[in-house]
Amino acid sequence: MRARTRIRRKAVVLAAVASLGAGLLAGCADDGNDDNSSSTEGGGGKTKITLGLFGTAGFEESGLYKEYEKLHPDIDIQQTVVERNENYYPALLNHLTTNSGLQDIQMVEVGNIAEIVQTQSDKLLDLSKYGKESDYLEWKWQQATTEDGQTVGVGTDIGPMAICYRTDMFKAAGLPTDREEVGKLWAGSWDKFVDVGKQYQDKAPKGTTFLDSPGGLLQAILSGEKDRFYDSSGEVIYKTNPAVKDAFDLTAEAAEAGLIGNQTQFQPAWDTTIANSKFAAMSCPPWMLGYIKGKSKPEAAGKWDIAQAPKSGNWGGSFLTVPKSGKNAEEAAKLAAWLTAPEQQAKLFGVQGSFPSTPAAYESTEVTGAKNDMTGDAPIGTIFAEAAANIPVQSIGPKDQIIQQGLTDNGVVLVTQGKSAKEAWDNAVKTIDNALDQ
Amino acid sequence: MTTGHDTAAASPAKEGGAAPGRPSGGGPTEQEQRRRKRQSRRWQRDVRWSPYAFVSPFFLLFLAFGLFPLIYTGWASLHQVELTAPTDMDWVGLRNYTRIFDDEFFWNAAENTLTIGIISTVPQLLMAMGIAHILNYKLRASTFYRVAMLAPYATSIAAASLLFVLLFGRDYGMINWALGAVGIDNIDWQNDKWASQIAVSTIVIWRWTGYNALIYLAAMQAIPQDLYESAALDGASRWQQFFHVTLPSLRPTILFTVVVSTIGASQLFGEPLLFDANKGASGGSQHQFQTLGLYLYEQGWVNQHLGRASAIAWTMFLILIVIGIVNYVISRRLRASS
Repeated sequence: MRARTRIRRKAVVLAAVASLGAGLLAGCADDGNDDNSSSTEGGGGKTKITLGLFGTAGFEESGLYKEYEKLHPDIDIQQTVVERNENYYPALLNHLTTNSGLQDIQMVEVGNIAEIVQTQSDKLLDLSKYGKESDYLEWKWQQATTEDGQTVGVGTDIGPMAICYRTDMFKAAGLPTDREEVGKLWAGSWDKFVDVGKQYQDKAPKGTTFLDSPGGLLQAILSGEKDRFYDSSGEVIYKTNPAVKDAFDLTAEAAEAGLIGNQTQFQPAWDTTIANSKFAAMSCPPWMLGYIKGKSKPEAAGKWDIAQAPKSGNWGGSFLTVPKSGKNAEEAAKLAAWLTAPEQQAKLFGVQGSFPSTPAAYESTEVTGAKNDMTGDAPIGTIFAEAAANIPVQSIGPKDQIIQQGLTDNGVVLVTQGKSAKEAWDNAVKTIDNALDQ
Repeated sequence: MTTGHDTAAASPAKEGGAAPGRPSGGGPTEQEQRRRKRQSRRWQRDVRWSPYAFVSPFFLLFLAFGLFPLIYTGWASLHQVELTAPTDMDWVGLRNYTRIFDDEFFWNAAENTLTIGIISTVPQLLMAMGIAHILNYKLRASTFYRVAMLAPYATSIAAASLLFVLLFGRDYGMINWALGAVGIDNIDWQNDKWASQIAVSTIVIWRWTGYNALIYLAAMQAIPQDLYESAALDGASRWQQFFHVTLPSLRPTILFTVVVSTIGASQLFGEPLLFDANKGASGGSQHQFQTLGLYLYEQGWVNQHLGRASAIAWTMFLILIVIGIVNYVISRRLRASS
């Protein structure tokens, strides 16, 4: 009897150890295959396609998944969304390099696409067979294409930038309010834009500034430059590129002259300055309108209007990529191409305000007839389409995001806190160089 | 410990093999003897090895999630590795370590870690001591106060930090509003160096004071009442009792909380990360509240330099070991003197 209990006890111990050990090993095991096998079979024997997104892509909200599932009854679409790209992108890189934990479709922001194209293209499917190149803006297509002609991502939206301004505040400061006239005030030159700011500031309603934040102005100027942080051969030139220094100095000058609110964009305090109408104008890609709407008080509705920026540029936008390792890579590629086709992008703009990267959509009624509560009757689709036509083909590089953030958050913002332009520039350069040094 | 257990448990097994208490007449058959020997061997093996099996889960986990990452990080720190291709390692020897010596961002972060550590730990422990002392009196609803003390500790860092960010807002924060009411100008809690460090420390203090207070309270309640009685008989006031009875009895507990808080302070990460979520891991526009943990994270996950991040991790580890040794020496001195 005693022997048997001992044996039994030993068996229990062994079993416990074994199961713990197995659990441990399972924890360490490559879970890529598990993910894929689970995604082969969705509910009721359907093929399940998963999307990994960040921010507000809006595919689900605008009913595109439902529509696709209706067209393809054997497909079941699911998405996971991470709110901020800063949290989404490192995890995506990690998943790509270890080939595990990937969704069937992964979204990539324009600030990261060059790095993905340069370092991860062997892990991604060539989508040129699925999407139609002629549908997309040429520069958008090229941004996701490798040197040897493999297109790893299809473009979703772009961010043609215009200037949103408050008609009531412009009027109070004695400036014109008609969008054509306002656009003419600064057409062609950011210096003129800053001059208009000075005019505004002279008669500004008390407690308001011309612009919202130094980051917004710097971003706007740089997004219209052909060469910015990298030259066309891929060398980092941000420090020596006169266009970058000029943009920085102009922003610093405007900040020193008190034309710019001392805020950092997308911080809660900045949100509050939108709600409290503390500034008269801001650089404004289409998605910004949705943001303004979300943060404004109802009485601000219809008080905004949109004019063309001094120079057109692109701010934001994303791509859909399809990792090769997914078991449904082919189905996923078809879905990615469908989601970014002109008709769907037009729908997305109507619902979500993401501006299409496919020129054919610009003629659609969804775009030409689009209106936004904040901007009243302004034909926003037509205005942004005009801006989109003038976006230069920009050389982008793998570390664009880090450099841009360094110049903004470790740079021009300091000028609004009383530092000189030189101190701010030096601080930014120090931070960026340390960040780029491998 | 295993050996002690082993010999103690093994001796009855041997006796069992010799089978005392059985009628010696006749004696066991040969087969019976062999069976018993086999059983006894098994029993011996059991007591010898099963303790290892019992402790193995921890050590297997430690191996997989503690030791292996530690060694792998050490290996990676000798290479140039990027997050975009973690398997492509270029040997650079000790360069990642030597460059730390003139990496002003590292030393800035080290300095911030130290100052934030002091600003947060010292008031935190002093306040914890005071609160524990008050709670040690007979109070109505004392359990309520004790649970309330622990509530911040049970709150998630993220939730607490986000709330404090709003409180500490420059233009629309409640703290500046309150300061404005008594005539103090708006303080830029995020961009001013000392203000930001004090603000980050406040989150830490808010979160950990109650926890330390409860530890002190438990230790205070273990102090025998007669010590206070005899002190009172000798004419000691409340304050004298506190300084001459309570504090000396709490010495080991204080040491424990100091060690734990020091370790916590040196690894401070979540609070400064979320204190300015936009600037993220850079810890403010001039890195004014970037701690070592944050700098490590920035190098590894934002700048994607895994090799540099690994070297920072190991340097932090070495610094912690030095702090640990200093702690050990001080505590031995203290123990020897008492």
